[in-house]
Amino acid sequence: MDKMKDARRQTLAMLVDNESGVLSQIARLFSRKGYNIEAFAAGPTENPGVTRITIDVLADEPHTELLCNQLRKLYPVYSVKWLNTENSIYRELMLIKVKAEGSEQRNDVIQLANIFRAQIIDVSHETLTLGLTGDHEKLSAMEKILSEFETLEIARTGVVAIERGTATINDESKERGEFNYGKNVL
Amino acid sequence: MKLYGSEILMECLLEQDVDVVFGYPGGTILNVYDSLLEYKDRINHYLTAHEQGASHAADGYASGPGATNLTTGVATAYMDSSPVVFISCNVAENLIGKDSFQEVDSTGVMLPITKSNFQVTDVNKLAGTVRRAFAIARSGRPGPVFIDILKNVTAEQAEYEFIPRKKHKEAGALKAIFERDMEGFHKPAVDVEDIDKLVEMIGESERPMLICGGGVVRGRAHEEFNKFANIIDAPTAVTVMGGGGMNGRNPLVTGMIGMHGSQASNIAVNECDLLIAVGSRFSDRVALDPETFASQAKIVHIDIDRSEINKNVQTDHHIVGDAKEVLNMLVERLTQQDHAEWKKFVFAYPTEAEYDDGGDTLNPKQLCRTIAKLMPDDTMVATDVGQHQMWAIQHFHFDYPGQLMTSGGFGTMGFGLGAAIGAKVGNPDKTVIHIAGDGSFRMNCNELTTVEHYNIPIITFIFNNQTLGMVRQWQNLIYKGHISETNMDRGPDFVKLAEAYGLNGVRVSNQKELEAAIKDAMASGKGCVIDCILDIDEMVRPMVGGGSHITDFMRI
Repeated sequence: MDKMKDARRQTLAMLVDNESGVLSQIARLFSRKGYNIEAFAAGPTENPGVTRITIDVLADEPHTELLCNQLRKLYPVYSVKWLNTENSIYRELMLIKVKAEGSEQRNDVIQLANIFRAQIIDVSHETLTLGLTGDHEKLSAMEKILSEFETLEIARTGVVAIERGTATINDESKERGEFNYGKNVL
Repeated sequence: MKLYGSEILMECLLEQDVDVVFGYPGGTILNVYDSLLEYKDRINHYLTAHEQGASHAADGYASGPGATNLTTGVATAYMDSSPVVFISCNVAENLIGKDSFQEVDSTGVMLPITKSNFQVTDVNKLAGTVRRAFAIARSGRPGPVFIDILKNVTAEQAEYEFIPRKKHKEAGALKAIFERDMEGFHKPAVDVEDIDKLVEMIGESERPMLICGGGVVRGRAHEEFNKFANIIDAPTAVTVMGGGGMNGRNPLVTGMIGMHGSQASNIAVNECDLLIAVGSRFSDRVALDPETFASQAKIVHIDIDRSEINKNVQTDHHIVGDAKEVLNMLVERLTQQDHAEWKKFVFAYPTEAEYDDGGDTLNPKQLCRTIAKLMPDDTMVATDVGQHQMWAIQHFHFDYPGQLMTSGGFGTMGFGLGAAIGAKVGNPDKTVIHIAGDGSFRMNCNELTTVEHYNIPIITFIFNNQTLGMVRQWQNLIYKGHISETNMDRGPDFVKLAEAYGLNGVRVSNQKELEAAIKDAMASGKGCVIDCILDIDEMVRPMVGGGSHITDFMRI
């Protein structure tokens, strides 16, 4: 069975212990199961000691489910949410430095930046640096458009995502109960 | 009470009722061994010949930078869900990260092969970490936990307060876990709807079949499993790790399943209309080809580990929970079934292979049967890995969990002797035997020194065919008879080796010699090696190739 056949970009959000070694444990799991991490973002949450990690991975749906299952099994992982595009909001920050010499080129870049609602955050005689937030596709679209100018450097943060409405990553589900059963500490 | 780190460790072990440890001292763990001397009356230390031997002994009991030598044992325990806590010491904090003498990133090495692991860098956190490690090792689906303690931590002092094991969840790190997630970490009831659905499925089934996996053994659910099998009246295949989960003499047993599964098991799996696997993970050695496995059946998976569901084989229904609890709930709701016709079909096929009577030589089945006949029924059996392992599992009857110790998941050659030592230390009243192949025995036979020194009366049977038999079998069947580097026509002379270690050794090549040797060994009350000569071309039968359809038996 070719597990990459129906693979598409999947986003997994998880809450984990903010302790040394946890990150490598999670990264290790992806490589052990044969996946490459496409994007990665981590940061503190409303709870001290808890870090939220968002990972993008190329996988089909049944294998994504298995990956979630494996992640939930790790001790430092509290919860894992497999986000779907319909009811989640995705944001990523991209900084892009393009070559823009002379006013004509500069104006062209600025016009494109405006269309994307990107911010101009640095300027020099030869370059412009833009900052843009948006989902993966929007960032990629701007990156592509700007490629007609010479792109000198790109820095992207990796996607963070959150569900719309009242749903949160802490929601109880039967599956979650089943996992806690498996790793219950008594 | 202010204690040194090494003493806190001893106290924490006592909290867990640990009275036996297996180990090997070295530079960084010297403080711990210093304290061990003080606690000698309460904690019995067994010095093995090699760290790997210690790791298998702890596994068999199921209860140093030598840390890297531990890895094989840790991986073995991990694959077979064995609850073992491994403790090693690392260099002191001021030397960490400098590639110091005997420094190794041991938690990094252990990461993929432990359920959880910890490095203790602060003596104040030592007691909490040890308590947490033991809780994790034995909770849920059991597994090994590794603790790496920095040398300076063992020499520093901290406040220690005795806390009985039952109260651990109200203290320290475990308390924090409970507070963090009020919903989690308690034992939720098994979903009654799931149970009812399975009861319904069982009622509709005309050809039900069961698989008894290692989870039944680890969960000590053998009584419940036997009741369950009897009430459904279903043929039951037993996996390698499931040995002892079902009474071996129960007439419902169809024998082993999978690559070396019996004809009865494999054909029944292919023909059944409902397959219920309890505590089994459908490994590639059992399911072989997941796409065609039990293709006529609705597959139901009962397991404590949610992440095993649908991992290897797509299931139709699953119940997540402790085997004992789930089986109890099922038995309560079921009425006695009768599947005489289905059983008649299944048991028309053999549950064990037959071997030609060799006359004045030995064959594997005869060897197993003779050992079983002359030894007590509850004899504990530890095996190494290879042909002898398959023969032992096919031809012995295991009746209770723990009776069979074998490395099923990781297939660790050299597992048996260490495991047998651990088993005998943990069960001094039982007879413990070690079944080895000549290849496996060579790997860790250094532990004979442990057998002799501590006078641990284990009888080792070497199924000696002068070859790496399982690999030879593959070479013969799959690699066109190309025998490459599997011949073991070389020393040592195992009889003399046993004698060199101060143990009895004897070579046997026929029934009469074998019986006499077993009787002598039993009477002597000390460790003994019985070197049993087998034909080099003896094969494990039946056999189905990896990835093949489960009834695609090779012509052997």
